[in-house]
Formats: sequence, structure tokens, C-alpha cells
Amino acid sequence: MRITATVNGTTHQADDVWPGESLLFVLRERMGLPGSKNACEQGECGSCTVYLDGVPVCACLVAAGQADGRQIVTVEGLAAGGALHPVQQAFIDAGAVQCGFCTPGLLVAAHDLLARDPSPSEADVREALAGNLCRCTGYEKILDAVRLAAARLAAGPGGDGA
Amino acid sequence: MEFLRPESLGEALAARAAHPEAVPLAGGTDVMVELNFARRRPAALLDLTRVGELTGWHADGGTVRVGAGVTYAELTGERASGGQTALGRLLPGLAMAARTVGSPQIRNRGTIGGNLGSASPAGDCHPVLLASGASVEAASVRGRRQVPIDDFFTGVKRNALAPDELITAVLVPAPGGPEQFAKIGTRNAMVIAVAAFAIVLDPVRRRVGTGIGSAAPTPVRAVAAERLLAGALAGDGLWESRGPLPEQVVTEFGQAVSAAASPIDDVRGTAGYRKQALAVLASRTLGWAWRDYRAAGQQAGRG
Repeated sequence: MRITATVNGTTHQADDVWPGESLLFVLRERMGLPGSKNACEQGECGSCTVYLDGVPVCACLVAAGQADGRQIVTVEGLAAGGALHPVQQAFIDAGAVQCGFCTPGLLVAAHDLLARDPSPSEADVREALAGNLCRCTGYEKILDAVRLAAARLAAGPGGDGA
Repeated sequence: MEFLRPESLGEALAARAAHPEAVPLAGGTDVMVELNFARRRPAALLDLTRVGELTGWHADGGTVRVGAGVTYAELTGERASGGQTALGRLLPGLAMAARTVGSPQIRNRGTIGGNLGSASPAGDCHPVLLASGASVEAASVRGRRQVPIDDFFTGVKRNALAPDELITAVLVPAPGGPEQFAKIGTRNAMVIAVAAFAIVLDPVRRRVGTGIGSAAPTPVRAVAAERLLAGALAGDGLWESRGPLPEQVVTEFGQAVSAAASPIDDVRGTAGYRKQALAVLASRTLGWAWRDYRAAGQQAGRG
């Protein structure tokens, strides 16, 4: 089947899609967007987290046909051009990236959290990231990165959040 | 593989009737795992995410009608659409159960109808639906019917739906008293219940409702425990006095709930552990529910 979807603001089309394949497969293998990672394929790890119509979901659990005509934002679309979103910059600055495999999913989850709640409690941060597994960092640096991003976003453009 | 994507309930029921071999697909949190791991290759998928009639909920008299396509995130209120945050307050037991499902990503996708369709003995909504005496609304081209939740689960991952039927809604009696839910797992997120328990106290109808998850081939009620507790509450005038629960009642209730379970040993836990855990969960949730009931009485007294 043919799948047409708006991905990161641009219309993407894929032909000869097997209807049972996942949105994750379509994004990575048919649309040339390998940012979302394929790890568990069962919704356990969150490394394929993308926005589907504005809501974070595991792309591995969305059937390709269900994504037809929908709006999708992947990690590649969090910031325009070559820029980094403050959440992405905070992950780098806080040392929250090691092997990097979980990072795209964590970025989307953290981006969504801070869009809904600019100053989340510690418990809210942990809950928002509960669906994303990281096997390198022990999570502490990731939590630091989310706090740093929240502070910088609160300080506004140009603010250093210090 | 065919991909059927009806855009109305009428189209969906017609497709269901014409393709009884098609697997209904909503949030995909169960079905897509089976497809990804090649455990299942259905001849067709029946996508229900474009059927508007399955979304949303409304309260009608003493019943809350929850559309089959309502997600766990809508049940908890964490991601309510269209100012529907009230659903979590209206059905607190279901909100508590939904809150224990998977992760935010899973709760954003998974639906109450899908939970019932999969009919896993570990389905998190099921104990609460059993305890509250809910009904499942099923529809086909032949018409609509309501299946009492007690008759819905027929075996491990089996339910009472006919091959041409779809789940359209769940009808939940609006709570008249406290509801509690508790679930045991190895962490808070991404956990399939080792054991789960729900309790509903209805002071108006003097009814006690229970539901056990992950400790029998299907989700089950603990009917003897319900009778025991309802008898104790009525006999000692506790519904009216809202006095403290005798320790012995709490303990016996836990034991009766445990006795109603018929668990097995599996990778998540042993039968013995589940039996013990259920006694603890039942006593504990009863304590919480009774605390809520007493607090509500004090509040009403002050008002």
C-alpha cells in the first residue's frame, strides 16, 4: 500500500508498504529517517519514540497503515535546520549521551514533558521518562539534562539558566 | 495482508462481518508486538483508529459510557483531550489501574477496548471492571448487546465476542463510594502484573465488589470475600457508623480473596507468592478504601 504522511513538516510518501510493518520501519527504511532507533520492537525501550499527531508513541507499535495521513515528528524534526533544540543541547552539555542509542527517544519524551510542563517535579520527570531505557548512563545525567533544559527554557532565549 | 480502514462504525461492522479472520487493531500495543516478532500473520488487519464512534465518553445517569477507543492516558487524565480531565475523577478505580499500564508512550496508544479484546488474565483494567460490575457493549451488523463483565472472560486470552462482533464501549456504574486498585510488579513502569486486586465499596447499595488479576486463567471476582465483608459491614452497622474496621475482618477478607485465586507458577512469580501477595493486596486496599470512606464521612459532617 502507499503511505503518505507529514513527517517533520514535509510530505513523505512510501510505496509498496506491507501494511503490517511498523511506522518505525517506514521511517527508517523507506523515508530515510534513521534517527528513531529500533531496539526492542515491543514498546519496552522507548528508543523509537516519535510524535504521532502531537502525542509521543512508540513508532514500533504503530502499523504503517495507521500512520497514513497523519502528522509525525521525529527526533530529526525537534529543531529546524541544523540547529539543536535546548533539550538536545542540554543532553550534550550534561553528558547525558553515551552510546547514544536511547537518546532520540529520550529527547522526544523530554521535549514533550517540557512542552506540557515547563517546571516538572522530580517525580514528574522520572514518570515522563519511565518508558525509555538507557543501558549506559544510569539515568542520573539524563535527569540532569532535563533539569538543565527546563532551567534554560524558563530563562528564555539567550538566557543561560544559571 | 489486507489493511481494512473503516471510517465509521457502520463500515467497521460491515468489514468485521465480511472478514471474520481480520484482527482488530487499535493502539497496537499487543497486536503489533505479535506482528513484529512474526508470531502472527493475520490475513487482514482491521484498523479501528479512524472510527469516531469509538472515541470519547459520557456520563448518563448512574452509568459512565467509555468508548472502546478511549486510551489509558485519557482514563488517567494525564493526556485528556477536549477538557475531559473529569473522566479520571469520575472513575478513580479505572484511573488508578490505567496509571499502572506500561509507560506514557503505551498509555497514549493502548485502549480500554483493546485491553478487553486481548482478554489477558493480567489486563490491568479487568479487576476494576469486575469489582464495579461493568458491562461490555458489543456490536455487529446483527445489532448491539451488553455482556456483563462476569460473563465476558471465557478463558486465557478468550472472551465472549462472536466472530462478527466488535467492542464498542464499556458501561461502568458511576461509583457511589471508594475504589482502590493495587498491582505487584518488579518496577513501577513497564510491568505485567504479577498479581493485581481491585475493590469497590458501594455504600448506597451496600455492595462490595472485588476483582483479581494475574492469578487465575481469567480475571475473577472473589465472591465469597465480597459476601464476608458485606456481611461484616452490615452486621456491625459500619456503613452507618463509619467506625474503624475490626482487624479480624481485614485479615479474613484478605484470606478469602487469596482463596478465590487459582494461580500458576510462571516466569513472573510462583503460585504461592501470588496467593500470599493477594492476601496482602486485599487487606491493604480494603484499608485504603475504608480510610477514604471514613474521610468522606467526616468531610460531609463538616459541610
